[in-house]
Amino acid sequence: MPTRRTFLKAGGCALVAYAAAPRFLLRTARAAEANGKVLVAVFQRGAVDGLSMVIPHGDAGYTGVRPSIGLLPPRRGESDRAIDLDGLFAFHPALAPLVPLWENRALAVVHACGSPDTTRSHFDAQDYMETGTPGIKSTPDGWLARAVKTRPASRTPFRAVAMGPALPRTLQGDVGAISMQSIERFDVRAGTDASARQGFESLYEQGVRDLLHGTGRETFEAVKMLRGVNAARIAPANGADYPRGQLGEALRQIAQLIKANVGLEVAFADMQGWDTHVGQGAERGQLALRFREFGAALAAFAQDLGGKMADVVVLTMSEFGRTVAENGNRGTDHGHATAMLVLGGGVRGGRVYGRWPGLAGHQLFEGRDLAVTTDFRTLFAEVATRHLGAPAAPLFPGFTTREPPLALFA
Amino acid sequence: MKGGARCGAARSVLPVLIALGALAGCGATAAGAAGPAEPITGAPPAGGAQPTDDRRILHALSRLTYGARPGDVERVRAIGLSAWIDRQLGPRTIDDSATDRALAELTTLRMPILELLREYPRPDPKLREKIASGAMTRQEMQERYPMEKRPIRIAAELQAAKVVRAVTSERQLEEVMVDFWFNHFNVFAGKGDLRWYVSAYEREAIRPHALGTFPDLVRATARHPAMLFYLDNWLSARPDFIVPAGPNRGRKAGLNENYARELMELHTLGVDGGYTQKDVTEVARAFTGWTIDRPQTSGRFVFRSAMHDAAEKVVVGHRIPAGGGQADGERVIEILTRHPSTARFVATKLVRRFVSDTPPPALVARVASTYTSTAGDIPAMLRVIFESREFYGEDVYRAKIKKPFEFVVSAVRALGASTDAQGGMALARASAEIGEPLYLAQPPTGYADRGETWVNAGALLARLNFALGLASGRYPHVSVELSALVAGADPGSPSAVLDRLLAALVADQAGPATRAVLTAQLGDPQITRLTTDDRGPANTDVAKLAALVIGSPEFQRR
Repeated sequence: MPTRRTFLKAGGCALVAYAAAPRFLLRTARAAEANGKVLVAVFQRGAVDGLSMVIPHGDAGYTGVRPSIGLLPPRRGESDRAIDLDGLFAFHPALAPLVPLWENRALAVVHACGSPDTTRSHFDAQDYMETGTPGIKSTPDGWLARAVKTRPASRTPFRAVAMGPALPRTLQGDVGAISMQSIERFDVRAGTDASARQGFESLYEQGVRDLLHGTGRETFEAVKMLRGVNAARIAPANGADYPRGQLGEALRQIAQLIKANVGLEVAFADMQGWDTHVGQGAERGQLALRFREFGAALAAFAQDLGGKMADVVVLTMSEFGRTVAENGNRGTDHGHATAMLVLGGGVRGGRVYGRWPGLAGHQLFEGRDLAVTTDFRTLFAEVATRHLGAPAAPLFPGFTTREPPLALFA
Repeated sequence: MKGGARCGAARSVLPVLIALGALAGCGATAAGAAGPAEPITGAPPAGGAQPTDDRRILHALSRLTYGARPGDVERVRAIGLSAWIDRQLGPRTIDDSATDRALAELTTLRMPILELLREYPRPDPKLREKIASGAMTRQEMQERYPMEKRPIRIAAELQAAKVVRAVTSERQLEEVMVDFWFNHFNVFAGKGDLRWYVSAYEREAIRPHALGTFPDLVRATARHPAMLFYLDNWLSARPDFIVPAGPNRGRKAGLNENYARELMELHTLGVDGGYTQKDVTEVARAFTGWTIDRPQTSGRFVFRSAMHDAAEKVVVGHRIPAGGGQADGERVIEILTRHPSTARFVATKLVRRFVSDTPPPALVARVASTYTSTAGDIPAMLRVIFESREFYGEDVYRAKIKKPFEFVVSAVRALGASTDAQGGMALARASAEIGEPLYLAQPPTGYADRGETWVNAGALLARLNFALGLASGRYPHVSVELSALVAGADPGSPSAVLDRLLAALVADQAGPATRAVLTAQLGDPQITRLTTDDRGPANTDVAKLAALVIGSPEFQRR
């Protein structure tokens, strides 16, 4: 049973290699170890309130500033309250499905994490986080794409997959990343008529070097491969129950691609709806609903993959956080630092990483936001280098960390 | 690089793999051989067969309209390109009764918000509980609240109307500008009360000014309930304001900066236009009190001075004295729309839409200067673009990649097809599948106008599948008459039919490789095999070929 397929990207000709990747494709022994590793980036779009996701209930500055949206401190036996993690921090109650992962040390939190750039524009901040170059708009490629580029050459069309209608910024940059709304629909749907598929394929096979033709060629290779491995039929394992919704659907299918052994190395999914300016809610409400879906999807993914999670890291991120104090509409406005999660892959979980800056007035950024003490690039670089084996230098141009490593991995 | 074309295929092929390829004996076709390839992007062969006039007409049609229909080139040639552009810039005299007839059944298009709120009430929030507890069955619910009376119908009719107009209207440039400005002043139809407001928003705030002046657009959108709701300004109030009535009575409201930020970042100055966080706060203060009267029963703009922060403000260096009331917001709009950054920002977006994904700076500067000298007159700016050297540049021709909606509509128009409202809904769904659900861009940035955004594997497959569906008649309310398209060609000569098809659909801009592939299709016995369709073999061939042309790389560009 072939575990990896190699396609020659020219002349519509396919070369198939069986079993382990042929030696001549491997550059170093280390690269061989890195095979099979997957990084899944999950972007919470809209600036998630990290202070509600991982609540600093042990910080005196948390009480009083959020009269209608603050979470009650943990109390044993009461499920509406924050779920204590380590005495200082607690999970939002809707993130209960993540607690077993925390207790099994498979899940780490990085708090007070964010961008050195102070923009509070969603669009710009997401752009900076996806390209990995805060403050610079002209970067042509995304950091995930650069991470993929540093890996040993792989001819599978599925090395970088984004679940969703469009290729995200972070995977742009000529690495042949694929975006799809669903595995099932990823095909030319012409019934039994194979000639239509062949006709289109021939049209895009031409030697013209432009975006359309390049994308076209990659598309058809990918379609052929998916049909071959029947990924859509792979059922969730270990009783994993994905929640309905965008993220659950995306992670379920990423799990299918992983289990189908199509050579996936980097995957991307995002989730909308975190921009809670109005009526954020506390243990119940708008934000709680988002957390419920978010937590259940991540937990189901980990459960589905079971032992394979040793090779898979899920990294969550958001463009910035939200104001410490609630605003006039029982919500929060755009802030600065937020919380990010690292799940799986040998992470030293059960800990909150990063230096906690505190919530006293003088400790806040511009007097209103949680301050950033860990540059997101420090976190992303550590995950990419330690888990994927990518070299650090090309990932974040212009960045050399002055912070000590987080030491997330053993 | 030609507009928007970052090489998607610039991988170097490892020499070892090429050698193995040779050993495996794959007969690489000449068209697809590895190695350096011509950097063409579907431009016509050198010494092209088109006279300059026709080329300009084709280009103007593809940029100012949603795509040429059969006979459009002739119609433009008959009155002359300049005259045609003039009419498109001042479309009041263009008869558009066919479009009006096609839209007649979409009654919500003409209803004011007040009536929509009354006729399409919000479903009872207790409905879910009633069904869960068994107090009401699903069938009872569907009888009490049929789909046609649900508020979702309003946005659905608007989506269908957008398609019908784009396909049918003779006022094509106006439709293009309505789409452009809606996107610029984007609101998301899925957010809360917007499902009642969005149709009126396009009708009242966008359409009347699409070929008017930019400051009028800003004024109209700033006070429209759709924008007030979408960017939360309707809730924004001075410090210590206590809500006097309604579901939030007794609660403290406060300043909300959402609209102020996007007004400057996305609507006027642009993100680098020279404003600070402090300016955002000051602008927000200026717009306090701009709110919605009884959003669920009235839905009108109202200024509530009780919510207004009347103290003095300073906005990008301009001092607004205390006590201005509603005039504060109006003054801010005046300041922002007169700002040179706004002229540049608007000019850049217009040039990007009509000329190139990398807007030529000299042209942007000229358009910005026109903005300033005409106080934002839109037809004046467009005229500068359409009369520019840059507009007719060689590297601009067919260089832009069609966005999903543009692609879907251009396919229908190129086939000479017509659609009714139901067909419009189906085509709107197709646009969503390909990546552009109408009126559903969630962030205030709207949909991007750069090719790379829209070209990825999933979207490309969706385009191909749409092409197949459209050409083989799977859109029953979209009347596609392929026989008319190839009329005049000898049906016994497949290559003559192909020639007519290519001339009709891509005006002979198909590259030699595309022609070769399509010609090869003609000889393929699988193509000529009859399907269970009751059409004759000639039509079956044409449908398949038409699908291939519409799905071809050339047809993705305009």
